[in-house]
Parts: sequence; structure tokens; C-alpha cells
Amino acid sequence: MGIEEKLPSGVLLTTVEGVAGYMRKASFWPATFGLACCAIEMMTTGGPKYDLARFGMEVFRASPRQADLMIVAGRVSQKMAPVLRQIYDQMPDPKWVLAMGVCASSGGMFNNYAIVQGVDHIVPVDMYLPGCPPRPEMLIDAILKLHDQVQHTKLGVNRLAEIEANEESALKALPTSHMKGLLR
Amino acid sequence: MTDPYAATESETTQGKVYTVTGQDWDSVVSGIAEEHDDKVVVNMGPQHPSTHGVLRLILELEGETVTEARCGIGYLHTGIEKNMEFRSWTQGVTFCTRMDYLSPFYNEATYVLGVERLLDIEDDIPEKAQVMRVLLMELNRISSHLVAIATGGMEIGALTVMTIGFRERELVLDLFELITGLRMNHAFIRPGGVAQDMPAGALDEIRDFVALMKKRLPEYADLCNANPIFKARLVDVGKLDLAGCLALGLTGPVLRSTGYPWDLRKTQPYSGYEDYDFEVCTWDTADSYGRFRIRLNEMWESLKIVEQCVERLAGLEGAPVMIGDKKIAWPSQLAIGSDGMGNSLDHIRHIMGESMEGLIHHFKLVTEGFRVPAGQAYVPIESPRGELGAHVVSDGGTRPYRAHFRDPSFTNLQATSVMSEGGMVADVIVAIASIDPVMGGVDR
Amino acid sequence: MTDEDKTQDPSRDVVAAGTAEAREVIGERHGMFGVSGTGDTSGYGGLRRPVELPGSTPPPYGGWMDDVAAALVRVTRDGGLESAVEKVIVHRGEITFFIRREHLAAVARLLRDDPDLRFEFCSGVSGVHYPGDTGRELHAVYHLLSMTHNRRIRLEVTAPDSDPHLPSVCATYPTADWHERETFDFFGIIFDGHPGLTRIQMPDDWPGHPQRKDYPLGGIPVEYKGGTVPPPDQRRSYN
Repeated sequence: MGIEEKLPSGVLLTTVEGVAGYMRKASFWPATFGLACCAIEMMTTGGPKYDLARFGMEVFRASPRQADLMIVAGRVSQKMAPVLRQIYDQMPDPKWVLAMGVCASSGGMFNNYAIVQGVDHIVPVDMYLPGCPPRPEMLIDAILKLHDQVQHTKLGVNRLAEIEANEESALKALPTSHMKGLLR
Repeated sequence: MTDPYAATESETTQGKVYTVTGQDWDSVVSGIAEEHDDKVVVNMGPQHPSTHGVLRLILELEGETVTEARCGIGYLHTGIEKNMEFRSWTQGVTFCTRMDYLSPFYNEATYVLGVERLLDIEDDIPEKAQVMRVLLMELNRISSHLVAIATGGMEIGALTVMTIGFRERELVLDLFELITGLRMNHAFIRPGGVAQDMPAGALDEIRDFVALMKKRLPEYADLCNANPIFKARLVDVGKLDLAGCLALGLTGPVLRSTGYPWDLRKTQPYSGYEDYDFEVCTWDTADSYGRFRIRLNEMWESLKIVEQCVERLAGLEGAPVMIGDKKIAWPSQLAIGSDGMGNSLDHIRHIMGESMEGLIHHFKLVTEGFRVPAGQAYVPIESPRGELGAHVVSDGGTRPYRAHFRDPSFTNLQATSVMSEGGMVADVIVAIASIDPVMGGVDR
Repeated sequence: MTDEDKTQDPSRDVVAAGTAEAREVIGERHGMFGVSGTGDTSGYGGLRRPVELPGSTPPPYGGWMDDVAAALVRVTRDGGLESAVEKVIVHRGEITFFIRREHLAAVARLLRDDPDLRFEFCSGVSGVHYPGDTGRELHAVYHLLSMTHNRRIRLEVTAPDSDPHLPSVCATYPTADWHERETFDFFGIIFDGHPGLTRIQMPDDWPGHPQRKDYPLGGIPVEYKGGTVPPPDQRRSYN
């Protein structure tokens, strides 16, 4: 019936990292940080038609102390920025941030005095999801990609090595401003 | 190493301030006991599941009773009005549609009606465009009231209402996607008409939708109307009588819950509303329960209007949806292509291959836009929350000189203090849910 | 639309006798699309166009507007405020009364209480900044609705940048509370007599008043693969 029927001689071998990653991604609790229009699309994604409960994410924890994932859904104004940072700091490790919508990713269409041009100015972002607002299917796609990322993060010493390797490659990567001649 | 977010206590001119971070309520209680005063000022901060968006409530509590309630807003201020001053008149529609994000067609409609009044083309808008505007606005009213009821129910703990509310809303959003191409924040109502004609088969879809809604709406009534818990939470909560409503400038379901049938669709009709047959819903208890019943009844009335729109549209096959004046009408003809929605290939072939004038015309209208004669206009409409009006000022140029939106949620939210003080904390949530503010409209 | 009547000189407050619509010039547009001055062969540089707003309309205004104007004249005269109404503009079926700022609070009370006027509902206060209209830069626009008579009028009050004070109408229309706070927040207009005039949308310690015309939009240039798009207020534009 389940996975145990398909195993040869009924034994499953895995790694601690594999199990931990699977547990983390299968029960990923989002913190409610719905701000504007994207929040409504996030609520619809939790609704009956595009059900987030099938990914274990039904419970939108109001308290950041109990949440793993902060989906910043909507435009972050200058007045809201310190609140955002405080909520992020109140979340316990391990935590991930998904910037939903173009306003959270880069300021969106509001290139002005009132909006923070991308929440990565305030919190480290793991997944950027463009869209104005992104369809629920797009949000689920981003969440599943994030699930893949979470499932394959390493633990302990391997994690430290992974962080260092990521930093090295990010420092060596070609910045977008240097990718000249590619405007098509 | 000090933890910046550990619980702290500091002395201010107004008394002691505690930052509570968990597991430390005892320190607050012992601190207050020293003061021999039961008054606590609690901040229901901008991030909260029940404050209907990023609303900050500053409540002074004595036990469970609220002695003073103040609203802190501005956490979603986007500077949309100033941004519109740097875009052309038609591009302004894409900005204003994101203000009150639960009723985007209403923002677009009030702005566009103001622009059309300044352009003096109010009588030249084609009939099909008017009917489509009314159709989309009434469908939007249904979806907005569904969210109001759903989130209101969620905030008091009735989670089934939220699930069924969003299930129905999906049906409306499917219709929006079919007609305009987007589920939310459509920039569809433009100065001169609407952006696109109705696609084939849309009228049948709308008829199916209306039939389905007529079976689904009674579910809300069965679930909530006589539900004793629902009534206990909502009856006599958030009372505001007619004098209070008029003094504080409240409109919409809150005003109609006092019994006064003020509805701009009937008293100062726009977009052809005088030709539709519908009732103005009122209730006479002036409390949250009345406002809930009004929203349910308004959904029924909106379905009636949608049916009438569909009948009229059935007779308007092939009619234009944009004004005939080519100096103002949006030039492009949109169609679905292999990579999504864009200019139809026929139109592109025409302007690129056949007509240089057509190309120049298209280019100038899209980049520069039309010039609107100088002056100011204010055309308020009845949005699901109340009177929504755009004060549009033009200095004769291609951009709005000033576009200020009188948003109903902004004005209605002023009543929070009046509705909440003297009641209990839980009633504050219910009162605000009955006002149904959308913080995008409040903060703009 | 025929608005060109060039028989008056471009100064303020001019009503040419007999013309249906006079114009009020508040500035001038130079050049277009970022080009101004000579040396550019496009011809855009030499463009000079005046920025004109609709000017004062002589009576009669037509229909119910005459009743309202007459009633307003009557109550202001009876209240000893003869000079309260500075100017009346009727444009596109909407009537705007320019009120002198010192009389605003009294006129608002009269508009609300007199049975022929009965404008018991104030939709809100909107600020507009006209930096070209020297001496009258800051305008506050009040939209009043009479539910009894089912009609709308607009009141406009001006204040100079050097002395941005206007009386508050909160005593008559409590709904103006947050609207006046917002207008103060965005334009710096100080409403005397307001119960608590603080910033409402911007953070409490924000410097400047964002929706004034001399406040920049505040965007950042956007880079993408070698190309840079400047923020919206610094791009070349058609205006």
C-alpha cells in the first residue's frame, strides 16, 4: 500500500540529511505576512481550489515563533520595513523567506519614495517569485522549488561547507550589470 | 551579548513600557501590580492574522474592556497617487487598480469616469462598454463581498465560511480571467471604453455562474444567519447610528445598516445604472449583523444586475467597446497568441506593413497618450465599501496633474474608535471586520 | 473643445466680459521630451505653451447651481462674510466655489446647517500643489454632498507656501479628521484647530511632504544586463 510494500526485504536506507530534509519540507509552516494583493492570492492558494494543505502548509502560523517560512506577499512600505525585520528575527532557525510578487522581489511597479525596492534589502531571500500578483499555481511552483532546495540542504559540518561553497560561487558569479549585449 | 529582542522594561513619561517576547507575562503582571492600575496599552501590531491587513490597533485595555482604541495606518502606503503624476492617463489605470485590491474595477471606473468627464466624452462611450463596465463591477462586488464575509468569518473563528467564500470567489475570478485576461488588478476599464471585447462563449459561462451562485449563496445564509454563535458575536456589536455615520462620513453597507438607503447607483447613477432593475439593501439594527446581512443581500442584487447585463450583451454582438474618436481610443486590438495575450497579428500586420499613419498613431497614443483639457473632476461611485471617488486634476497635459482618491475604507476606518470603545477586545475585531477596510485603499 | 480665447492677457483672475470660459494661467511648458532651448534640430526645444486652468465663470450657471450660489450668497451676507466667496468656476457640470481661507470654517458651518444648502456630508479633503501659482500654491479641495437635495459642490481654498495655514473644518465635519491629517502629511498644510494634527501615512519622523511638486518621486535607477532605466521622474517625457 505505502512505500513499505515496494521495498526489497522491507528495509529503507537513507541518510540523516535526507530524512531531516524530508521532514522539514513536508511540514513547512508559513508565517502570515500578507500585505497587499499578493496576500489575497496567497489566501486563495490556501483555499479549496489550489490547496496548500496537500503540501503540509495549511497551517499559517500567526506567531512567527512557530513558523519556518515567511512568504512576504505584497509591497513593503518604508513604515512596514522595521516590522518585517522584527518578525524575521523572531522566527527561529531554520527559516526561509519567499519573496512573493514583484513588489517584494524588487519593488515592482512602485519605484518611489514609499516602497522598499525589494525585501532583500531587509531580509535574506531564498526564493523570488515574480508576478503581479503571481497566480496560485506560480506560488505553488515556487514553494515546490523551495521544497527541493530545503530537502537537499545539508546538516552540521556539511552545512557549513555548503554555505561557504555557495558564498564562493556567488562572489565569483558574473553580476547582472556586467552581462552586456544581452538585452534580447 | 545582549539579545536585542529580549523582554525589556523601560520607563517613559506615560508609564512603563514592556516589550513582551514570550514566556515573560509574569514580569508584565508584577510590573502592573505595582501601579495598582488595570490599564494596559496593547499594540495589535501591523502583522496580525485578524486585523484585516496591515492595520495597527493601539488599544487601552482595562481587563477585557477597551477604554480607548486608535488606528495606526500607513503601513501599506505606496505613493500610488504621486506615481500616477509621472505616467500617462491610460497608464494611470494600471496604478490605481492596485489601490483597493479587492475591488480593482471600482478604482479603475472612478478614475476613468473622472478622466472622461474632463475629456467631455461621457456621452460618447459606446453602450457595450458601459454594459461591460457594469457587468464587471457587479461581479467584482460579488467577489469583494465574498472576501469580506470569508475573512470576517475567519477572524471570528468560523473557518468554513472562509473555505466556501474563497471557493465561490474562484468562480468569479475565472470569469475575470476569461474576460480580461487577469484574475486580479486588471487594467481593463480605460478612458474611452474597455480594453477588449467579450470573448466567445463568455456569456454562457456567466449564465452558468449565475445559476450556480443561486444554489451556493443560500449556503451562507444557512450557515450563518441563524447560527447562535454567529449572532452572539455580531448582534449589537459595532453599533453606529445614522447621525454618527453621517458625521464620520461613512458610506456603504455601514450607512445602509442604519436603515438609510443611500446608494450612489440609485441616487447619482453613472455608467447606465439607471437602466437596471435592482433594490438597495438596508437593515435597521446598525450593528455588525446588519452589515453582514446587507452584504449577503447585495450579492443577490448583484446577480440580478449581472443577468440583466448578460441579456443586454447578447443583443450587442459586434458592437464597439472603445470610443469612436481615434484620438483618444486605445489603439491596440488584443488577442491571445502563442505566447499569451498581446496585440493581435492582424493589427500588427496593419500597422507594420500597411499603414505608416497607423503605426505613428499607435505609437503616439501608447507612448505619449492623449491630452486632457485642464480642469478638475470628481465622479464618485458606489464601491462595495462605500463612496469611492477620484479627484482628478489636469493641467492640459498628457499626465494627471493630481489624482487623489477618496477611499471609503480610509474614511470608514475612522469609526473604529467610536465602535470599539466601551466594548470588549473581541468586539474590536468584529467591528473592524464589519467595516471591511482594505488597507490598500486606506494607505494608497 | 473650443477653449482658445486669446483676448485676455495671461494674468490671474481675469474674467473677460461676455466670454463663457476665461482661462487662468499658472505656468508655462518649455520644450518637450527632455529637449529645451536652441541647438536641437528636432524643433521641440522652442515649444512654449501656457498651462491654463479654467477661469472664473460669470453667472448665471444654470439649473440648481444658481439656487446653491444664491443661497450661499445669502447666508454669507447674513453671516457678515460678504467677501467669503472669491470665485466660482463651473466646468463640466461641476461647480467649484473658491472660499477665502479665513472664512472657511464659518462657511462650512453655514453650508451644513442652512436648510436650502444642507451639505451634511463632506467626502474628503484633497490637497493640490501648484508651484506656478505664486502666492496661492497650496490648494485644499473639499467635496461636499447634500443628501437631502442630492447634489454635490466643491470648495477650494488656497494658501501660500510661505504661510501654509488653513482653518480646520473638523468641528463641522468630523470626517475631515483623517483627511486633514493626510493632507498635512503630504503637503505640509497646517490645519489650525485640528484636534491632533500628526502624520498618518508616512512614518512619524519622515522629513518633507511627499506629494508636493518639489519633492522627488524618489525612485532608483533600474539596471538590467548593462542597460539602465532611470526612475520615472527623471526620464525623458512628453510633457
